[in-house]
Amino acid sequence: MTLRDIAFLNLRRRKAKAAFVLAGLLVGVSTVVGLLTLTGAMTEDVNHKLEQYGANILVVPRTESLSLTYGGLALGGVSFEMEEIREKDLEKIRTIRNAGNVAALGPMLLGAVAVSGRKVLMAGVEFQPARMLKPWWKVRGELPPENGALLGSEAARKLGLGIGDRFQADGWDFRVTGVLEPTGSQDDEILFTHLGTAQTVLEKEGRVSMAEVAALCKDCPLEDMVSQISEALPGANVMAIQQVVKGRIEAIAHFRKFSLGVSAAVVLVGALVVLVTMMGSVRERTSEIGIFRAIGFRKSHVIRIVLLEAGIVSALAGVLGYLAGVGGTKLLLPFFAPGGTDAHHAAHAVGIPLDPALAAGAVVLSVLLGLAASAYPALLAARMDPNEALRAL
Amino acid sequence: MSYIQAEGLKKQYNTGDAAVLAVRDMSLSIEQGEFVAVMGESGSGKSTLLAMLGALNTPTSGRLTVDGIDVYDLGQEQRADFRREFLGFVFQSFHLIPYLTLAENVMLPLATVKASRSRKRSMAEESLSRVGLGGKAGRLPNQISGGEQERVAIARAVVNDPPILLADEPTGNLDTKTTGEVMALLGNLNREGMTIVMVTHNPACARDARRLLRVSDGLVVDEAGVLKDVSDLGLRIAEQGAGVAPRSREPKGERT
Repeated sequence: MTLRDIAFLNLRRRKAKAAFVLAGLLVGVSTVVGLLTLTGAMTEDVNHKLEQYGANILVVPRTESLSLTYGGLALGGVSFEMEEIREKDLEKIRTIRNAGNVAALGPMLLGAVAVSGRKVLMAGVEFQPARMLKPWWKVRGELPPENGALLGSEAARKLGLGIGDRFQADGWDFRVTGVLEPTGSQDDEILFTHLGTAQTVLEKEGRVSMAEVAALCKDCPLEDMVSQISEALPGANVMAIQQVVKGRIEAIAHFRKFSLGVSAAVVLVGALVVLVTMMGSVRERTSEIGIFRAIGFRKSHVIRIVLLEAGIVSALAGVLGYLAGVGGTKLLLPFFAPGGTDAHHAAHAVGIPLDPALAAGAVVLSVLLGLAASAYPALLAARMDPNEALRAL
Repeated sequence: MSYIQAEGLKKQYNTGDAAVLAVRDMSLSIEQGEFVAVMGESGSGKSTLLAMLGALNTPTSGRLTVDGIDVYDLGQEQRADFRREFLGFVFQSFHLIPYLTLAENVMLPLATVKASRSRKRSMAEESLSRVGLGGKAGRLPNQISGGEQERVAIARAVVNDPPILLADEPTGNLDTKTTGEVMALLGNLNREGMTIVMVTHNPACARDARRLLRVSDGLVVDEAGVLKDVSDLGLRIAEQGAGVAPRSREPKGERT
């Protein structure tokens, strides 16, 4: 028989009270875990989408001319005056302070070529980084070798070309090895080939029109990277493509703040439930505490019994609260992710990992909360006059 | 100095504007190994006296020494240690904890003692055997009779062999036959060297004590000294008019 045994036996005897304390803490902990997991999963979802977004930094030549396009509409007859970046200058991007965050660097040379009497925009790219920069690309056929071409879906349709067909562009022979599935972007209109081939055809050796950079997005300092690249390439204009996701990230940040507020309120209510229940339990055990004190239990022994009981129930509530929180999030996440049915896929793709740190945090939070809420009842029990307690019967 | 020495104990309870003097001025000396019965009418202050002797109640004034220790000079935690080391308590209404088995109830005073689980268990079983309940260690209090519950309370009080046993009307809820058994048990413990102070209303119980203290209106009005024979006790009790017929008590659960 030890103080721990007394605590366990009392919990077993007063199951309803123990269950009430458990429920109070469980609701608090599961709410905190649920909201944290939900915001975590939503952030993960956004990051995942950002990665799918591919390039998030654009490097284009600095120009003094004003843009003559608006909403994808170019003013007819105006030939655009193209400046270029030297290809070897792009290597400087690999030397910036946050170079470790650069997942892919894709140079691109753009130029108009004539195919079967029609003007087509040729883009010379490096296909290896392009796979990461344009993850939405679905290629029918294969990526082209040196003298091959990959056509956007609209370009293939308008030029009447298919996989295996040969054609001439500005007098150079090409063979179509692949056609892109429609992307809904400008890529549908373009003839892609290797950068080196395009430089030869367009007579722009060692030059590129622009470069796309994919920076690792989770917590990456995108603004910092933009300014670092700008410093490395003073003749280039560097832009971050983040407007779309920035809005969502801000929305999630607001949701997180709201979640913390709700969590604090629920935790407070849970703590009050524990306090009231433990006070009731202590009052109910007046004579028992009187006996403990009469037979030589110190005040500290009585406090330990009450806190042990609270600690045992709280630890259990922490574990169950974590599981309930994660389970609840699994159910709720599809409703919080946008896109209807797609949201199911998004939630499924992101997944909700069983985070040991969060689990440990939930148990620690629960135990601390349980102990804090039981501290006053424990003190009350210890302060009980043994003589009065025994006369209470 | 006697083993237990109380000098000028006074206890006043303040309830609102009124002050009630439960113990006016009590002084007494008890030697080691004595068996003292304390008798008196209801409200005479005998239970308050017992609570003060057990360091459960602090007097308004007065001094108590036990084995040379000035009890009221001790802090609250030291008093708890004192109770654990020196005292065993037997209460009128048993005060067993209902959700603990008899063995667990008896082991309670050992919960704060450093000893192995098996050692504590064997001490509890030995103590239960001492009161004749060796075979019922695993039962719950509501599964035994009132007399047996009282014996469990005694087993709990003596499990760690305290030198002093304080008993507050230990037979108050028992029938005549069971009262006899409990008193025989207390007699045995006293013969083994335990100092016993017992508050009782029952003259028949006082018969087993070596000495009778009569209290009235918060004062010790008679210290009878060592009782020579039963007729002496009978005379004193008749004078006090303190005889109360024992009440019988039916057990809540199975009687064995």
